[in-house]
Amino acid sequence: MDWKRFGFIALIIIVLFGTVVMIGQVKQPPVLIITSMLATTIAVATPLTLGALSGVFCERAGVVNIGIEGMMLTSAFFGWLGAIYMFHVFGMGIGISITLGVFFAILTGALMALLHAVLSITFKVDQIIGGTVINILAVGLTGFLNRQLFFGAGSVFGGSVPNSPGVLPTIHIPLREIFTPLCGTSTACLVNLTAINRVFDQKPIAIGAILLVFFSHYILFNTRWGLRTRAVGEHPKAADTVGINVAQMRYLNVLIGGMFAGLAGAYFTIESVPSFEPLLTNGRGFISLAAMIFGNWTPIGAWAASLVFGASQALLINMQIFRDVIPPQWSFLQESYIVGLTPYILTMFILTGIIGKTTPPAADGVPYEK
Amino acid sequence: MAKKPVSSEVKTPIVLEAKEITKQFPGVLANDSVDFDLRKGEIHALLGENGAGKSTLMNLIYGLHHPDKGEIIVNGKTVAIHSPNDSIAAGIGMVHQHFMLIPVFTVAENVMLGDEITKRGSLDRATVAARINEISKQYGLDVDPNAIVGDLPVGLQQRVEIVKTLYRNAEIVILDEPTAVLTPQEAEDLFRIMRDLTGRGVSIIFITHKLKEVLAVADRITVMRAGRVVNTVVPAETNEAQLANMMVGRQVILTVEKKDHAASGDILKVDGLSVRDQRGLETVHNVSFTVRGGEVLGIAGVQGNGQTELSEALTGLREPHGGNVFIDGQDLTSKPPRIITAAGLAHIPEDRQRHGLVMSYTVADNMALCDYYRPPFSNRGVIQQKALDENARKLISAFDVRTPSPFVNAGKLSGGNQQKVIVARELSRSNVKLVIANQPTRGLDVGSIEYIHSEIIKMRDRGVAVLLISAELDEIMALSDRIAVMYRGQIVAIVETKKTTREQLGLWMAGAHAETA
Repeated sequence: MDWKRFGFIALIIIVLFGTVVMIGQVKQPPVLIITSMLATTIAVATPLTLGALSGVFCERAGVVNIGIEGMMLTSAFFGWLGAIYMFHVFGMGIGISITLGVFFAILTGALMALLHAVLSITFKVDQIIGGTVINILAVGLTGFLNRQLFFGAGSVFGGSVPNSPGVLPTIHIPLREIFTPLCGTSTACLVNLTAINRVFDQKPIAIGAILLVFFSHYILFNTRWGLRTRAVGEHPKAADTVGINVAQMRYLNVLIGGMFAGLAGAYFTIESVPSFEPLLTNGRGFISLAAMIFGNWTPIGAWAASLVFGASQALLINMQIFRDVIPPQWSFLQESYIVGLTPYILTMFILTGIIGKTTPPAADGVPYEK
Repeated sequence: MAKKPVSSEVKTPIVLEAKEITKQFPGVLANDSVDFDLRKGEIHALLGENGAGKSTLMNLIYGLHHPDKGEIIVNGKTVAIHSPNDSIAAGIGMVHQHFMLIPVFTVAENVMLGDEITKRGSLDRATVAARINEISKQYGLDVDPNAIVGDLPVGLQQRVEIVKTLYRNAEIVILDEPTAVLTPQEAEDLFRIMRDLTGRGVSIIFITHKLKEVLAVADRITVMRAGRVVNTVVPAETNEAQLANMMVGRQVILTVEKKDHAASGDILKVDGLSVRDQRGLETVHNVSFTVRGGEVLGIAGVQGNGQTELSEALTGLREPHGGNVFIDGQDLTSKPPRIITAAGLAHIPEDRQRHGLVMSYTVADNMALCDYYRPPFSNRGVIQQKALDENARKLISAFDVRTPSPFVNAGKLSGGNQQKVIVARELSRSNVKLVIANQPTRGLDVGSIEYIHSEIIKMRDRGVAVLLISAELDEIMALSDRIAVMYRGQIVAIVETKKTTREQLGLWMAGAHAETA
């Protein structure tokens, strides 16, 4: 990742935040707006970050994965279903049901990835087609099961959708408590401190995703595993001649990628809202691929790019909050369908390569034949 | 290349022995009961044409393939080699013809890959770099461990490959066609390194098809042909002609036979041509020359002096930004390749795999690439498969292309046979007036070189004009009637071959000025 790229990311985020601050300052002080937007940005960037990490592991090992969207959707469904089953059918506690739900989601992601690996590594099917198969399968499978299990006569839950046991709790990082003495008697200071603390009060998957970004970066560029993973993605024959099992490395990395996509799926139905609806991933798997490309196939770069998309979603949410104070000359910002286009326009803009081309791994998408 | 003294009388122990190795590939018996042995500290050359089975034998020893029959004995013990891991463990290292290096990795990362040193889970780059520096010092193999491999010139990349084997404590090093990609200076340097290595007890198998190199550097020479070992000889008791004979299986003419031949009028006329490369730099400046019917004009020069851009401009692959090109009086400046081809150009391009063939097309399709759009290959826009097949069968036998069938992908053929497919397609066309051959024999074996040279001379004798571009001075001198020397984008001299010498040409190639003769 070059500095120009990070600079561009920072610039877009500043523009998006600046727009909201300019409009909203008549209602709220800028500090509050910025901190709340930051908190939203980090939270909604979570599935994109995890999706991009999924892509990074697969593609660094030489397997193109456009099935991230489908992996996320399936995982979101089965994670949610698992939590409901544990709670309602097996009568487990809320906490354990939700936690197991996350594990089910990760497991589902891994299984979908296994399908992709079998198709693309063992049977050397065109990897774009393999990914498309997964995306279509995901839509059909989740839509069908959702209907069969929850609706209509004879369905498992007797036609009524049972309540999910709930969502993961927010973890409070006690910055406010630690730094309060520094404020003394200043109320303004305390208000700001509370606002800033809100940025760090995130849910477990959001926090986990950020930790995973840095962990993945370390793994990929500083460990034996990472060196071998990148080797099979760049020049598998060279890896083969020094005794590295190319197929095995690719399988394991695709499975790891699937687990990341599974965790991203869990974000939707176990961390964000406690419900499932068909097609709820809504193209985020594809946006995370764009983030991966813009981040030049590096975890930290992909995360930074995911934050841009997160910020554009935060813009959409805040435009609705400040709808009544939008100046008349900017009235188009009142239309959520226009503001809602921002992430997709950004995706197209970013992928044109105006900010400089990125380079995929040399053997990305190429099956290895001895 | 200085002649090596006859190897010492004292025979060192055998470190590697391959016994009755047999390997069958679909349609080819690649190795037929091959015996081979290597003594400690010797350079044992394995000589043979493309497809003779040299690389197969080495891939079997290195564990990339598995023999159907036979055994491999290392230091007196039979070893079972199932993968490169086993051969690496047995102390065998291999430098492949196409380097097995990852361009975006550093030298240290490439060297350690597969045998990484770690410290608490992290790659220990410092220790690896120290190891590399130690090996560099010990064997005179200067490399910077932190350099990105893709930025290094080919000669240095090859050193990295050698360091890779030594890092793994290899005592037996296989070098597969190591000089194919090197300049003469780099090759000399490699031979020095090879002697340094053997001086320290490393044993080397040197695979090549270049006779001069074998005689200069090997202690013993084993010649293979068609999957079998023909003979093993020592350099002192043989010569180039005998080796070539064993390799090809018949008498080989090492010099090209060429009768005097009267040239006719100008066919190719190049007038003040200037060309820019893709970076926009002018690499051909105001070049003018003519080629007459029935003569070969050779363009000599060190690679990278504008030859590539010149031939691209003449063949319509690159637009010149000044000057004119005439073929048989017709102005073809900046015309597309199809028009130039139709006007009588046969083009044997420099990069046969990128510009000469479609690697994923069959031999038959490749043989019709110039004329597929007109009868008999095409009828009202529909390809006539029958005509393609007939044409291919005719050319395959006329030009001796070794292919299992006309329907094999061109990419599956050996380099020599790929080049023959191109030569067959280009030279068999009916209206050829001009042949432009750029590096027509680079990387090919004796048999193919001989064949392509004779085809070029045949064209000349038929009254066709031939422009030959080559960095091999021997080739230029053997084939050309007149020689033009190119230096920094300009033609610095044009002389008749008979009236010049190797030394004189060498001086011009290095930039010495001359009046055109």
